[in-house]
Amino acid sequence: MSTPLLAIEDLNVTFETRKGPVRATRDVTWSMGREKIAIVGESGSGKSMSARAVLGLIQPPGRVEARRLEFDGIDLRGLRPRDWLSIRGRRISMVMQDPRYSLNPVMTVGQQIAEAYVIHHGANRAEARRRALDMLAAVHIRDPERVYGTYPHEISGGMGQRVMIAMMLIPEPELLIADEPTSALDVTVQNQVLAIIDEMVTRRGMGLVFISHDLGLVSSFCDRVLIMYAGRVVEECAAADLHKATHPYTRGLLACQPRLGERAAELATLNRQAEWAR
Amino acid sequence: MSLGAGTVGAGKTARPSMKLLRGIATQLGTLCLTILGLLFVTFFIGRVVPIDPVLAIAGDRATPELIEKIRAELGLDLPLYQQFWNYLVKIVHGDLGNSVLTAKPIIQDIATYFPATIELAVAGTLIGVLAGVPLGVISAARQGRWIDHVVRVVALAGYSVPVFWLGLVGLLVFYVKLDWVSGPGRIDAVYEYIVEPRTGFMLIDCILAGDWEAVKNALSHFVLPALILGYYSMAYIARMTRSFMLEQLNQEYIVTARVKGVSERAIIWRHAFGNIRVPLITVIALSFAHLLEGTVLTETVFAWPGIGLYITHSLFGADLNAVLGGTIVVGVSFVILNLLSDALYTLLDPRARAT
Amino acid sequence: MTVKSWLLADTPHSRTQARLGQAYIGLTTLLSNPLAVVGLVIIGTLVLVAAFAPLIATHDPYQQNLALRLKPPSAEFWLGTDALGRDIFSRIVYGSRLTLTIVCLVAVIVGPVGLAIGVIAGYAGGITDRVLMRITDIFMAFPRLILALAFAAALGAGIENAVIAIAITAWPPYARLARAETLTRKGSDFIAAIRLQGASPLRVLFGHITPLCVSSVVVRLTLDMAGIILIAAGLGFLGLGARPPSPEWGAMVAGGRDYLIDQWWVATMPGIAIFVVSLGFNLLGDGLRDVLDPKMR
Repeated sequence: MSTPLLAIEDLNVTFETRKGPVRATRDVTWSMGREKIAIVGESGSGKSMSARAVLGLIQPPGRVEARRLEFDGIDLRGLRPRDWLSIRGRRISMVMQDPRYSLNPVMTVGQQIAEAYVIHHGANRAEARRRALDMLAAVHIRDPERVYGTYPHEISGGMGQRVMIAMMLIPEPELLIADEPTSALDVTVQNQVLAIIDEMVTRRGMGLVFISHDLGLVSSFCDRVLIMYAGRVVEECAAADLHKATHPYTRGLLACQPRLGERAAELATLNRQAEWAR
Repeated sequence: MSLGAGTVGAGKTARPSMKLLRGIATQLGTLCLTILGLLFVTFFIGRVVPIDPVLAIAGDRATPELIEKIRAELGLDLPLYQQFWNYLVKIVHGDLGNSVLTAKPIIQDIATYFPATIELAVAGTLIGVLAGVPLGVISAARQGRWIDHVVRVVALAGYSVPVFWLGLVGLLVFYVKLDWVSGPGRIDAVYEYIVEPRTGFMLIDCILAGDWEAVKNALSHFVLPALILGYYSMAYIARMTRSFMLEQLNQEYIVTARVKGVSERAIIWRHAFGNIRVPLITVIALSFAHLLEGTVLTETVFAWPGIGLYITHSLFGADLNAVLGGTIVVGVSFVILNLLSDALYTLLDPRARAT
Repeated sequence: MTVKSWLLADTPHSRTQARLGQAYIGLTTLLSNPLAVVGLVIIGTLVLVAAFAPLIATHDPYQQNLALRLKPPSAEFWLGTDALGRDIFSRIVYGSRLTLTIVCLVAVIVGPVGLAIGVIAGYAGGITDRVLMRITDIFMAFPRLILALAFAAALGAGIENAVIAIAITAWPPYARLARAETLTRKGSDFIAAIRLQGASPLRVLFGHITPLCVSSVVVRLTLDMAGIILIAAGLGFLGLGARPPSPEWGAMVAGGRDYLIDQWWVATMPGIAIFVVSLGFNLLGDGLRDVLDPKMR
């Protein structure tokens, strides 16, 4: 890897609260190229915060400090709002969890996708509409014409996520962050959406950061896995080597996954040790 | 791997017009019920509350014949529900009774005075919208900065100040001391007999009459009460706009827009503001309704010949019927505006339409 | 362990500790908001002035002195004298009692009535709920000031009548609020637990659900007080309210109207008092809402 696509060193996201400063991430360090990495952790582990810090979405009373926070050589620390406009969407994009909330309720789905195109490629309405329709077809939505004119509350969760993916990929970014994109979906639909993400990312040679709380889901799908606990990265290894993981938290997570045909008197649970959180 | 397209919720786009009609029917039903309730309350005030309703309506200087006439009219010996029914029938026919002071049918008096009130209320609401909406949006967009604090304080003051006192202070400063505007009244007496009341709206009548001196004069009388009501309206609208905007700016779809690379200005005006347009219309309708109500006090201060002044004059003249008549007219307008704003909300919000 | 860390402990050991901790957090939040503090100070001052009116007033508010009428503010008459030679400052001081009385009376009527209706409607559900809410909606759509005016017109002047007139149109929002809160709590597990223990509906309603609704009702009341003061002053301005020679602020403004041009203080001073008190309630109400409304926390 010459210049890593994304390089993070000692990322600390801190929130000032009434009860004192709360550290959402502690000295988080990792980097990636055009590969698919997964960040796995439970709620409060800091995985989403890291992603939002990369996109500069942390607002006061949150504070972002890092020794290094670079995207393709560009220093993301202290960027001016104007500079972000050329990075967000255009070079880094993010798909979020629940399309019921992450899509604008009073704009049609098609308008929102077209907007993403117009901002970065400045086309006229007809051109943008055409591109949006193409994108809807690319995420395997049948009848893109009809779906273009629907409102977010009129479509299902699975379709909403496809729309989200279409919207975030239409400006052709190099890095996609997927923040729990399937957590709000039915299990049956999850695989479909995952497949679409996989297809799009591979075809375009993008980098992917897949955030999830489901270890089993990502291990089959991504190249590398990062495990986070209480704001720290506690384990980092290739997806194929997960079973060789050393940190007790990871081992605990692996053990907690029930397997068919397993004979056990009790299901394994996680025994948290205080030192993991230090 | 099979990839089917997701399904649209069944039946949601099927026959929206049926749902809409049903919704409108319900709203109309509520409207009628509410007006009925209002009329019952005014009936109650007129007949049940006073110790002697006849005396209350006739006034204490009435002749014995008048008292007898009114007693017969009111049909006080009839059971209460029958009295109420007669009352309703009369109102539906536009018979609000006769004013003791002017001896004319109350409905006629009100028709003469209502346009003046509408004039003020419309102007006030217009000012409130033109000033209040942008201020509310900017205040929310720059939350915590100085402009936010200024707008909040100014709006808060508008919320807390008694409108009749503000009117007096306004007159004191701008009329008495600075002589920038004319004093109480709608137009100088000089013009009052020259300008023919065609529409009932003084400004329009003056323009129609082509008398520019009269127009200027009417404007100089109009500007202060309109501005004061406008301030009131602005305070409410700015506060609600700010509150709505802040609520929107906390939503996930705003994060999505930011992630997409949408400029801050577009986020505020296209995304967030686009989501509050509908509730804002509700707020504007309510503000108009409140101004209609508030004119009672403002018109007293500015001697503005509107329905508010009519009510207070009737009040001082112990003409209960006229007070109630005015109350009914304002009350019904208020109720209609209230429910209209609800109906508008249902009509305009794409989410409400489908559910 | 210091008192503060005991109060802020994440795992309180007793209900008292938890309650005191909540109160402490609430208080510090409230006090950290400068505007809320201003509101608190204003209302506090109002209460003190009303309570100690005889000590604070410089003159007898009813004492007329026609030789000294319409005098400007001076060392003797801090805010000047009115058309009958009465000291305006003292009248404002004593008028605070009237203002406070109206506010308290309305609150005492409107709060419990609205709460009761809302809680019953929410808990009972079904036809009771529908009927009660219909009535509430109908009353909610009525214009407050005009109806209060009509009522007061029919009942005659007098402070009790003004209070009744205002209360009649002011209760609906509280019913709605209480009903919403009740609906939220009705299905919760602890209510089910209490009912399984054999609590009668009355006990559930008034012993458990109602206390939970109180905080939002209190916030709303405080915010509404500002508007109620303005309506009461408006009624006073129109001559419906406390009968003369009571030093009701709205009536005082009306009394000063004829002398506005040369003796502006007669109408202006009482108006400032109305403004300040209304502002105080608004500020305090906003501050309380930030503290008690979980969404804002």
